[in-house]
Amino acid sequence: MSTLLAVSEPATEYVAATGTLSSLWVLLALPAFGATTILLLRGRTRTWGPYLAIATCGAAFAWALVSFLELRGLENRSVDLHLWSWIPVNGFQVDAGLLYDPLSATFTLLITGVGLLIHIYSLGYMEHDERRWLFFGYLNLFVTAMLLLVLGNSYLALYVGWEGVGLASYLLISWYFWKPSAATAGKKAFIANRVGDVGLSLAIMVMFATLGTTSFEGVFGSAEQLTAGAATAIGLLLLLGACGKSGQFPLHTWLPDAMEGPTPVSALIHASTMVTAGVYLIARSMPVYVQSPDAQLVVSIIGAITLVIGCVIGCVYDDIKKVLAYSTVSQIGYMFLAVGIPGAGAIAILHLLTHGFFKACMFLSAGSVMHGMNDQVDMRRFGALRKVMPVTFGCMLVGYLAIIGIPPFAGFFSKDLIIEHAFNQGGTRGAVLGTVALVGAGITAFYMTRLMLMTFFGKKRWTADVHPHESPAVMTGPMVLLGVGSVVSGFLLVRGDALVHWLEPVLPEQEQEHVFEAITVSIMTVGVSLLGVLAAYLLVHRKAVPHFPPVAVSPLTTAARNNLYLDSLNESLLMRPGQYLTRMLVWFDNRGIDGAVSAVAAGVGGSSGRLRRLQTGFVRSYALSIFAGAMLVAGSLLLVRIGP
Amino acid sequence: MTGTAPSFLADWPWLTILGIVPLVGTALVAALPTRLARPVSLLTSLVVLAGTIAMCAAFEPDGERFQFVQAYDWIPAFGVQYAVGVDGIALVLIALVAVLVPVVIVASWNEAEEGEQAMVPDAGSSAPAAGRIRSVKTFFALILVLETMMIGVFAATDVFLFYVFFEAVLIPMYFLIGSYGGPRRSYAAVKFLLYSLVGGLLMLAAVIGLYVTSADQGEGTFAFERLTELEISTPVQIALFLGFFIAFAIKAPLWPFHTWLPDAGAEAPVGGAVLLVGILDKIGTFGFLRYCLPLFPEAADILGPYIIVLCVIGILYGALVAMGQKDLKRLVSYTSVAHFGFIGLGCFAFTSQAQTGAVLYMVNHGLSTGALFLVIGFLVARGRTRNVEDYSGVAKVAPVLAGLFLVAGLSSLALPGLSTFVSEFLVLVGTYTRYPVAAVFATVGIILAALYILWAYQRTMQGELRVPAGARMRDLRGREVLAVAPLIALMLFLGFYPKPLTDVITPAVNATMQDVGKQDPAPTHAQPTR
Repeated sequence: MSTLLAVSEPATEYVAATGTLSSLWVLLALPAFGATTILLLRGRTRTWGPYLAIATCGAAFAWALVSFLELRGLENRSVDLHLWSWIPVNGFQVDAGLLYDPLSATFTLLITGVGLLIHIYSLGYMEHDERRWLFFGYLNLFVTAMLLLVLGNSYLALYVGWEGVGLASYLLISWYFWKPSAATAGKKAFIANRVGDVGLSLAIMVMFATLGTTSFEGVFGSAEQLTAGAATAIGLLLLLGACGKSGQFPLHTWLPDAMEGPTPVSALIHASTMVTAGVYLIARSMPVYVQSPDAQLVVSIIGAITLVIGCVIGCVYDDIKKVLAYSTVSQIGYMFLAVGIPGAGAIAILHLLTHGFFKACMFLSAGSVMHGMNDQVDMRRFGALRKVMPVTFGCMLVGYLAIIGIPPFAGFFSKDLIIEHAFNQGGTRGAVLGTVALVGAGITAFYMTRLMLMTFFGKKRWTADVHPHESPAVMTGPMVLLGVGSVVSGFLLVRGDALVHWLEPVLPEQEQEHVFEAITVSIMTVGVSLLGVLAAYLLVHRKAVPHFPPVAVSPLTTAARNNLYLDSLNESLLMRPGQYLTRMLVWFDNRGIDGAVSAVAAGVGGSSGRLRRLQTGFVRSYALSIFAGAMLVAGSLLLVRIGP
Repeated sequence: MTGTAPSFLADWPWLTILGIVPLVGTALVAALPTRLARPVSLLTSLVVLAGTIAMCAAFEPDGERFQFVQAYDWIPAFGVQYAVGVDGIALVLIALVAVLVPVVIVASWNEAEEGEQAMVPDAGSSAPAAGRIRSVKTFFALILVLETMMIGVFAATDVFLFYVFFEAVLIPMYFLIGSYGGPRRSYAAVKFLLYSLVGGLLMLAAVIGLYVTSADQGEGTFAFERLTELEISTPVQIALFLGFFIAFAIKAPLWPFHTWLPDAGAEAPVGGAVLLVGILDKIGTFGFLRYCLPLFPEAADILGPYIIVLCVIGILYGALVAMGQKDLKRLVSYTSVAHFGFIGLGCFAFTSQAQTGAVLYMVNHGLSTGALFLVIGFLVARGRTRNVEDYSGVAKVAPVLAGLFLVAGLSSLALPGLSTFVSEFLVLVGTYTRYPVAAVFATVGIILAALYILWAYQRTMQGELRVPAGARMRDLRGREVLAVAPLIALMLFLGFYPKPLTDVITPAVNATMQDVGKQDPAPTHAQPTR
């Protein structure tokens, strides 16, 4: 019994925050202040609102940096900051509190750092928008919610941030709300996220019903006492939540539509930060997943399926932002694949970070292209832009080399490690997941090369009215910085296994088999990627790009152009039956239930109408009824007396 | 609620004072000239609000179950008393009344002149010509009388007194709907009254049954605390329980007793709709907790699971039917059917989390639906039509209105960070520990909630600008913002810090749980280590 108790000792113990870290809440308060000020004062912040937003985000970055340095100096790097008692109802005690550990510290740096750069970029990109102040208010709202998501110390606190980023995402996707497509895309994103939220909610309920707590410390401390079934249930429900937020199969269809939002939003929310929250959720919940290898395997499988879907669809779109969106879907698929591999959680975070840099860099570059091309997104109308937009081209090139995994660019290190870990699981699992990841790398190289060739090389296919020009420094500056990150971040983070060791307390490493040597995997990965590049060169660059997409194409291409029919499937399985059900119920409510009520009312009305006829006004008939009544009374009295 | 307030405050007859002040206000409104009707009624409601705040400060959460108790004989022959007192549940609901009435008065400032009834004459009656100006004095007097009734119904601790208030509250509301409502106001008002009276009749029978039972076991009484001590056989419990339950289920309204609400909610003037759905309906759910459970614990135990099924049906059904509505106010009314499903679920799940959540839900729903009705009322006052399809892209011309619509809508779909989330999640998590399947189905309701709110928002506020012909779509005025702002501020505050409410509600809920003889299920796998 005593040994059993020893096992049930919490695996995680958090220490109370001291020093600078005891005012960690300032990190949240800064952007929250910016957002509140702008949203309350509205148009009055027209001139200075954007700068306030940038200042709060910058200050938050500085605060994150200071906190990070403070945390590095600590022995126990899991710091808990209790703020107030949030929802106390007998056994259900939820505190508002923050957890600052290597994982959340890493995320705060990413969020505030990339966030700051994109705030600055937006100054240029949104220059001509008359509601610019509101845009910055929403951006600050997003940063606040995202920080809460990664800093909350319980699943419920995480949930607040989780829906908060969803709200910011909704508001920003439907920024151009007068366009029906933008309004619909925003709603679709919110609904898809809500479907995922059902999973997250239920996971929290299962946690409370089984463990009696929803705090990270409580759940992880007693996770070992979960039965395999309960752990699997929690794991899969959390995965559903993660799929909604991170655009993973089968809830991924909202993410490409989310490109209706302004490009800085696509870069910040729908590429580098919010959509990776699902990966954060699963990495954070690692102590639960460790209890359920089945759930972990499902995470990897979902990742593998999504990465293939993203790659395949990415090959056929001509809309530059849609291609990037599907590449995001696909790259997050890699992260899911990795985070599902036992012991590879830190690798998933590594890819998340490098992806944060290079994908933001590419999106901002795409935004810069659009800025110069009258907001066009059709790559068939681009071409030969590298000369007129040299800086943009340079940044996009760096991001491109990073995403297809050419050493020494950032993506190489992370993607290579994912593929290596996938193979090294051994067995069928390793072979299948490894092969999928490897093939995915090849297809990624293909469609990304296609994007580069169609946009920057070849002949001009511009429409008559565009005069492409390089973007102002306020836009190219952040792009260049992100470009630098896309070059060096991978190398810096893997040198001496820096990131893996840093995350060790949260995401422990695990001994793995060696199916392939590291160098073999690297050679394979680069080789497959170069094949993809070559294929794209042969197929796209050697002949002129037609102005309109070819019609006679293979069934696979047609399917990919229709998002592999997943939208249609959703429509015919859920939307239409739902509409019919709604109409049927409305009819039933009016005719069935209310009809029954009206029938009763009419019945009563009818009976009273008939009763009314008794009131004839003739004294003789009244006398008769009085007599009958008296007889009845007398009779009953007699009956009672005579009876037993 | 801090308990540190001066002790003499605790001895004041707060409940009687709060009940009388609006009546005094009514008399003043009636006596003074019309132009003073609005300021006087607003001032009266603010005095009530201030008194309620003082009373809340004097309330001791861990003290006696019922506080500020007063009892005087009223009809000694039948043991009927004027007896008032509040537990934590009644206290927060009276606080809700005190908050909503001034909000409604500010929002309805020009209702009598500009309200919906100015649009079209009543189709069904010998209606006055369109545009006739209604009596301003009567409107505000009715609202103040209603406030007295609403406070009384929550404060009564004598079942007979409760019954009297329960029925009396119908009368001012009947006139508010019937005189100041939309085009089909007569139909809606009569339907509302008849529906409620049928329920009230069943309850009256049950109230008499209770009295008879108590008389059989000693002295006949209507006093709540003595009635809870009765020993009632199970069949009688079930019969009496049903009498109360059906009355409350109609009031709440619970599916399938809901069909009066869409008509009443749609035709009532906006202020009336806020008080109707925000407070009057809560009498039903309050009744579940106060009367159905403690008086008839065995019946509640036996019938609880069936009621839970009704509630879950209501959650999904209300949401789906809301989606199919073309009338904005009917839409909001149907969302309330879904919300009342959640509240009912919380009441009958028999866990302290679910019940605390249910009470919190009653308060939050009042704030949230109140805000939603008000904003829609402002929209309708501009567009002169309730039809969803007549509006499009309104955010372009009225961004503040659109923004407040969205915030109110988000509170209706229980966005975390707003107080509605806290209550909805408590209900769900509390239900899950006892009825996991019901909780799973109810959780699906959160997707549907997002659908009906965002779809309504998209159809009216987003897209290309198109407004009803002849409408002047100006943005909200200061007075209108002032009416909604307190509700939203409260929802935000309580979203992050609901503790002042839960601290008051939980002890009352614990007492109710004890009455029913139920305990929270323990965690199945382990005790938390913290």
